Amino acid sequence: MTDKVLMKGNEAFAETAIRAGCGYYFGYPITPQSEIPEYMARELDRRGGAFLQAESELGAVNMAYGAGAAGGSVFISSSSPGIALMQEGLSFLCCAGVPATVLNVSRCGPGIGGIQPGQADYFQATRGGGNGDYHVFVFAPDRLQEAVDLIYEAPLIADRYRNPVMILADGMLGQMMEPIVLPEQRPLIKPADIPAYKPWTVTGKADRGGKRNVVQSLYMQPEDLSRHVEEMYANYTRAEKELARYEADGLEGAEIVFVAFGTTARLCRETIELLGDRGVKAGLIRPVSLWPFPYRAFDEVGPDTKAVVSVELSMGQMMEDVKIGVNGRKPVRLIHRVGGLVPTSVEVMDEAIAILEGI
Amino acid sequence: MKPIFTITEGMLPVSTSYCPGCTHGISHRIVMECLDEAGKLGEAIGVAPIGCSVVSHQFMNVDMLESAHGRAPAVATGIRRVHPDKVIFTYQGDGDLASIGMSEIIHAANRGETFTTFFINNAIYGMTGGQMAPTTLVGQKSTTSPDGRDPGAVGMPMRMSELIASLDGAVYVERVALDTPAHVRQAKKAVAAALEIQEKRLGFTFVEFLSTCPTNWGLTPANALKFVEEKLIPYYPLGVFKTPERKEEAV
Ligand SMILES: Cc1ncc(C[n+]2csc(CCOP(=O)(O)OP(=O)(O)O)c2C)c(N)n1
Repeated sequence: MTDKVLMKGNEAFAETAIRAGCGYYFGYPITPQSEIPEYMARELDRRGGAFLQAESELGAVNMAYGAGAAGGSVFISSSSPGIALMQEGLSFLCCAGVPATVLNVSRCGPGIGGIQPGQADYFQATRGGGNGDYHVFVFAPDRLQEAVDLIYEAPLIADRYRNPVMILADGMLGQMMEPIVLPEQRPLIKPADIPAYKPWTVTGKADRGGKRNVVQSLYMQPEDLSRHVEEMYANYTRAEKELARYEADGLEGAEIVFVAFGTTARLCRETIELLGDRGVKAGLIRPVSLWPFPYRAFDEVGPDTKAVVSVELSMGQMMEDVKIGVNGRKPVRLIHRVGGLVPTSVEVMDEAIAILEGI
Repeated sequence: MKPIFTITEGMLPVSTSYCPGCTHGISHRIVMECLDEAGKLGEAIGVAPIGCSVVSHQFMNVDMLESAHGRAPAVATGIRRVHPDKVIFTYQGDGDLASIGMSEIIHAANRGETFTTFFINNAIYGMTGGQMAPTTLVGQKSTTSPDGRDPGAVGMPMRMSELIASLDGAVYVERVALDTPAHVRQAKKAVAAALEIQEKRLGFTFVEFLSTCPTNWGLTPANALKFVEEKLIPYYPLGVFKTPERKEEAV
């Protein structure tokens, strides 16, 4: 049975994580996502899972590492500065091959920044904000239903690749209300079933007839670490093929192509209509996965396109990937706001027209 | 003929990589013997720290994972949520536990987390080559306190057992030393007691081992043992700081 409900973003995210089978949540309050730990505090224990308010985001991500290495399906959430504190842990999770679902309801930075929506966590999310060669898989929904669907799918992806998956939802999505269909409740895994389902986890060696498991990220021999990182990257190469996702609209004959994710993608759709009214045909590439970035989407950009424009609530962070995707075939420009400002669709239209006039 | 000594199955049949005279080997063995004698090797999940004993999983014959520097108590907290029935422990040095990981250990103890922490206090950072630890003694030289620890500049050495014992969530706290056979025997009793109390899930259990680091102390193994007796024990008194009796009465 599926229910259609009107829910606030953060509560929908939390409810979906529970329905996705994430039985373990560790969190620390931070705006604009504090409703998530609050929701988990009310719901998770009575539905058979465990909620804990951690002493910090460092604590939270490491609790997730322990619970995940022990075979639990883990969900953690925070917002930008809290995610920054989790980066050491994410590097560990990736190196040790521990799956987890991570939600970043991002705000603006740098530093403590501001509590308004921002997309300046793009680098932090896609470049590996911690040390070493690794990637977290990052998906960026632009509406609540998509966020729900991605959060529901995330633990499956995390388990399949044994790597954390991050959902990057800006503060706008966390705070808005939209009607959604919630997915069915997946069963929470029982401790006794873990060894069969995840044979690599640390559950006590008696579960494997005395065969010991060690979850580690230290490799003192260069050859061993090199082999391990190469193996991680074989996994990432597979993910690049299997997980790159995007939506492309109206590229054929488009004079200008916007590239935007999340909140700014919603905005661009309005702008495209406004431009259409003025006889300017515009298209949109909306990356759904930010890592792996859907570079192949740019192969669809046609001969009529005069400029590809990255529209961001950051200083051109995604534009770097757009440039890689465009690969010199078209001029690439930026329309941006930072500090928590969000442009109107009319402002984006005016800037787009100015860009076209300047080319 | 009945053997008078056998090597516990809890230790893998390999030589440890610790320096000559380092007591990590003794504390490893004590913990593993106690798990073995309790029949719990198959149920145990250990968390190794960052420090010399990050490699402890190469020697301890139980399921283990490596934690980031100082975060072992948070990691163990997560494991406990998934496995209410297993034996869980962290094994941490003084830099790991009392400096970078102070927040994690205090909050885990205060929550009354039902795992056991084995705290290896050698009064120095071993792995990184002998820098000052929060537990380095007043006047003790290290590579970052070349003139000896100056309490006016960096404060007094921290007594972690006393600090932990002051928290209601901690139910068993004992400090032991590894400098003499008698102290080693007492240390083993402390570990056995802590693990037994863990079984009852009464709260947080903590055993501090006064340990040696001959390499970074610049002492011979024999003189390092003397240093424990003459310098460490007077500042870090041995004994039981907390037992669950009071808590059990309250229940
Ligand atoms: C985040 C981080 N900071 C610093 C280090 C470097 N480091 C590794 S071990 C260590 C100190 C370990 O000392 P201690 O906990 O006393 O254990 P010992 O080596 O003496 O057994 C430090 C500072 C690190 N690995 N990670």
